[in-house]
Amino acid sequence: MSIVTAEKPIIRPRGASIWSMRWGRFRRNPIAMISLGFLLILTLACAMAGPIEGAMGINHNSANLYIRFQEPSSRHWLGTDDLGRDVLLRLLFGGRVSIAVGLLATLITAVIGITIGVIAGYVGGKLDSILMRMTDCIIALPLIPLLIVLGAVDLSKIGLSREAATSPAAVFLRIVVIIALVDWTTIARIARAGTMSVRNVDYVRAATVSGASGRYNVFVHILPNIATPLIVAMTLSVGRIILFESTLSFLGFGIVPPTPTWGNMLTNAQELILSAPLLAVYPGILIFATVMAVNFVGDGIRSALDPREDGRH
Amino acid sequence: MLRYTISRLLQAVIVILVMSLLLYMLIGLMPGDPVENMLEGNPSLTPAVVAQMRALYGVDQPLYIRYGHWLYSALQGDFGYSSVYFRPVLVVLGPAVLQTAKLLVATQVISIPLAMFLGALAARKPGGWMDNFVSLFAFASISLPGFWTSLILIIVFAVKLGWLPASGTPLMTDAALSQQLLHMILPVTVLTFFHVGPLVRYVRASMIETLNSDFIRTARAKGLSETTVLVRHALRNALIPLVTVLALSFGTLFSGALVVETIFGMLGMGKVIYDAISNIDFNLALVGLLLATIVTLLSSLLADLAYAWLDPRIVLK
Repeated sequence: MSIVTAEKPIIRPRGASIWSMRWGRFRRNPIAMISLGFLLILTLACAMAGPIEGAMGINHNSANLYIRFQEPSSRHWLGTDDLGRDVLLRLLFGGRVSIAVGLLATLITAVIGITIGVIAGYVGGKLDSILMRMTDCIIALPLIPLLIVLGAVDLSKIGLSREAATSPAAVFLRIVVIIALVDWTTIARIARAGTMSVRNVDYVRAATVSGASGRYNVFVHILPNIATPLIVAMTLSVGRIILFESTLSFLGFGIVPPTPTWGNMLTNAQELILSAPLLAVYPGILIFATVMAVNFVGDGIRSALDPREDGRH
Repeated sequence: MLRYTISRLLQAVIVILVMSLLLYMLIGLMPGDPVENMLEGNPSLTPAVVAQMRALYGVDQPLYIRYGHWLYSALQGDFGYSSVYFRPVLVVLGPAVLQTAKLLVATQVISIPLAMFLGALAARKPGGWMDNFVSLFAFASISLPGFWTSLILIIVFAVKLGWLPASGTPLMTDAALSQQLLHMILPVTVLTFFHVGPLVRYVRASMIETLNSDFIRTARAKGLSETTVLVRHALRNALIPLVTVLALSFGTLFSGALVVETIFGMLGMGKVIYDAISNIDFNLALVGLLLATIVTLLSSLLADLAYAWLDPRIVLK
């Protein structure tokens, strides 16, 4: 008992939890805070896309050929595209898809990665080397070509009905799943490294000796202790996945029109590059700004959670 | 070392076999089947003839049996015909491999010195303004979508300024060298920008670590100039981990090449694979993807070996 009291952290100010200290450190990082603010505003705006559309009294998908290629105006803030659709509105709807794919695929990625990483690190031995060799292989693979093949898979060939296979929901879920299938490797490696270092710490050994099961050790001792690097890795993963999604949609193997995404809006813009070059600018700026902001937030979280590492990486 | 190499090579062979099976299955799941695609738009065929054709090409059999047949002929060097080009797959892929190799080699030749320069500059004073600038650059590099950078460069340099060609590759054999180079400028710029960011971060981290080691302190204590210490002593040692990173980056770089080749209309491996999948050219897509996978795996094997060879402290088991 005496050891436990002695090891209580001394530097923690009274009443401040570890998370409020971390938040305090994060808040002092201007770039990370601006990025977080940008992401919150963007998410809010994209979430409001439906009501905004209603208030404007137009539909983001219905063409109106009388108002093609309009300049920005008070009615259409960023002008209209080749079918007379409001560009800003389509950007907001596209953002919904990108953000949703980014978050959802990251969750699945994390579940796969953490499961594989923790099992490899905890069990060790042959299983570990097989799992890690597999991970290394996937890391090295050219992922975009692989994703294109996965994106080209005809879902009706694996048992879905023709309508279900081409429904927007199936197309959306497919891109989430296929990106998660190739992106879990970074998280798996981090989870494995963390698990291996925590597994041999005295208190985990003590727990094992006093009869704790592997599952108990993993959930009570290991996962909370490796959470920090995993949270950072998951944040960075959101940015990477948004890039994957937009690239795939741009190449025509992701989300397909008429559903707008930042990626497939650029496919269209490429064909109109001579007549309306500005159409190629907006979606790209949004992808870039969003991914950049996510990366800054990730970097901010990293230095807030682990101040010792600051400036070293 | 030899033992390790052999066992890794054996592993690579197994992985390639597994990948070929996996890719065969995936490509089999693309819409349609080879006979259907071949007969598309030929209304005079009766169902009976179609069935006969399917039997003839073995398409009526389950995928795993077809894979067996494919593997059997592939091992004898017969990779089949491309259904889009009507030529043997390898004949289509040959020039494409060359094209992509040129693109990737050019990118590496520019990226590596650039990454070394920027990384060393940043590591000299961690936290200084140069370091912040380089780190911002690296962040931008990993956040920019390559396809968008390509579009913007096309708009600026091809459409607005008219300085550079926007697309297409002159046939590599008979075009003048200057023409070939001109067509490479934009694609290589995009790929380099995409490639340099992660490299810079590795060089910087590795440099900072090296600069903190004892032999650097000794070199400084001997009174060597800072440049000599930085270039002759630190950089050389900091480059060892970079070899691994470079070899492992082949997969990512190839992904980038696919995007860039598609946008700029260069007939490299990436575009051939992309077109093959778009047009459901089963054989071509399969062999193209497999080739890319094999090169990737070999380069990652090479990375491990080179690492052990350059750094005697590493013992491979």
